Amino acid sequence: MSLLKVTDLVVSYGGIEALKGISFEVEQGQIVTLIGANGAGKSTTLRTISGLVKGREGRIYFEGRDITDYGTQKIVETGIAMVPEGRRVFANLTVLENLRIGAYLRKDRDVIEEDIQYVYELFPRLKERSWQLAGTLSGGEQQMLAVGRAMMTRPKLIMMDEPSLGLAPLVVKDIFRIIQTLKDTGMTVLLIEQNANAALHACDYAYVMETGRITMSGTGEELLSSEAIQEAYLGKSSKK
Amino acid sequence: MFNTLLPYLLAGISVGGQYALIAVGYTLVYGILRLINFAHGDIFTAAGFFMVYLAASLPVGISVPLVIILTVILGFTVERVAYKPLRTAPRMSIMISAIGVSYLLQNLMWYLTGGLAKQYPGLPGLSETVQIGSASTKIVTIATPFLTIGLVIALVLLINHTKIGMAMRAVSVDFETAQLMGIKINNVISVTFVIGSAMAAIGSMLYFTNYTAVTPTIGAMPGLKAFVAAVFGGIGSIPGAMIGALIIGISENLIKAAGWTAFSDAFTFALLIVVLLFRPTGLFGEKTTDKV
Repeated sequence: MSLLKVTDLVVSYGGIEALKGISFEVEQGQIVTLIGANGAGKSTTLRTISGLVKGREGRIYFEGRDITDYGTQKIVETGIAMVPEGRRVFANLTVLENLRIGAYLRKDRDVIEEDIQYVYELFPRLKERSWQLAGTLSGGEQQMLAVGRAMMTRPKLIMMDEPSLGLAPLVVKDIFRIIQTLKDTGMTVLLIEQNANAALHACDYAYVMETGRITMSGTGEELLSSEAIQEAYLGKSSKK
Repeated sequence: MFNTLLPYLLAGISVGGQYALIAVGYTLVYGILRLINFAHGDIFTAAGFFMVYLAASLPVGISVPLVIILTVILGFTVERVAYKPLRTAPRMSIMISAIGVSYLLQNLMWYLTGGLAKQYPGLPGLSETVQIGSASTKIVTIATPFLTIGLVIALVLLINHTKIGMAMRAVSVDFETAQLMGIKINNVISVTFVIGSAMAAIGSMLYFTNYTAVTPTIGAMPGLKAFVAAVFGGIGSIPGAMIGALIIGISENLIKAAGWTAFSDAFTFALLIVVLLFRPTGLFGEKTTDKV
């Protein structure tokens, strides 16, 4: 049984269908990526899974449970965390508070402290800046914080919306290293990326989205070697 | 010189403290909803009427907490009924709703009280007269600044050092991401209205102990001045609201001392214009940084 299963999901905003019936699955312990151009419906997919947007049709299952009608709070409790696009750290809170607010729904105080230390081990830069306001961090550091904050909810699935967007190439490498680290710790990751090349190299399985539909899927290697993908997303022309 | 000024200074600090307690409600709600809660002054008035009617049949010791509880319920209900359904509407809609609630409350109070001024009951421990130097004044004048500063400090501690305070700060910058942390936005907003209304209730007890007639529209002027104070201090900033309110209260009374009583209200609103022209973010206002 897959960890997350989405079936025939339809979402419309004010008359426009952003998702026209998509189905996909995310297996436990894998990195799964959705790639596609701007406006393909990738962000809408994540926002619907996290409960920020309600779908019109279709179901979402997590660990076999139907979570389609859950509110955001209950979805967080069920074990789905999101690293939103543009990082969205709370700029007016300190680094430490940003981590604590990730644990907002948790009551296990001792374990929360351990988890904070764990995040600090993973990202020593955050520990150095523990008392700084998150707004003063660099883009890469904010991304680390956004990941750490998501980890503080103790999720089974972390969804990341364009984590490399607007970051320097060196920092992007760091981000993908972080995603790999998450996988090594047993986490399942659902990743959205415009940087198709990096995403396909990092993932176990990938889905390609085009204007609200999933048009192709396969393992990272399969898609990397597909001519259609190379032409459309990797900027390699097959015509020589 | 000092002896003639002293009573005005005392009155200024006192009324400033009362404005401060109202201003906190404006600034808290603005900080989270970016809404100017026009009904806040009327909630303050309603707290005055609650006391008038409750104290007529109950001992003060019971009336005081009851007034606070009723005011809190009123503020909470206004938010749930008139603002919550408009959460995703354009900001102008909720603003208009707030103006509507303000008139609704005023008219309800006209209807229920018959429009006549009601005598505010004396509150033991506040209404008695004391002599300070050359000035003779009610105890409330002396007690107000201490009570105000105490409450403001408590509120700042709550916001900076508790879990709900952290949630309030998070919600104030980003609704959606706060939701992704599992925070229930509506609960946090309700807490904001509860705190603001409780402060307004305490403010009304202090205010009406000094100015003992309660009428349905009496909250308009202190409400407006508290709003100016919140803007002056930097709307969204709690210490700013308090300092703004104290400055306005003291200035008003010094103008009265100078013999220009008729202009004391005009001063407050002239100040608003000057602040909006030259320092729209107020004394301690958040800097608006537009990041791309």
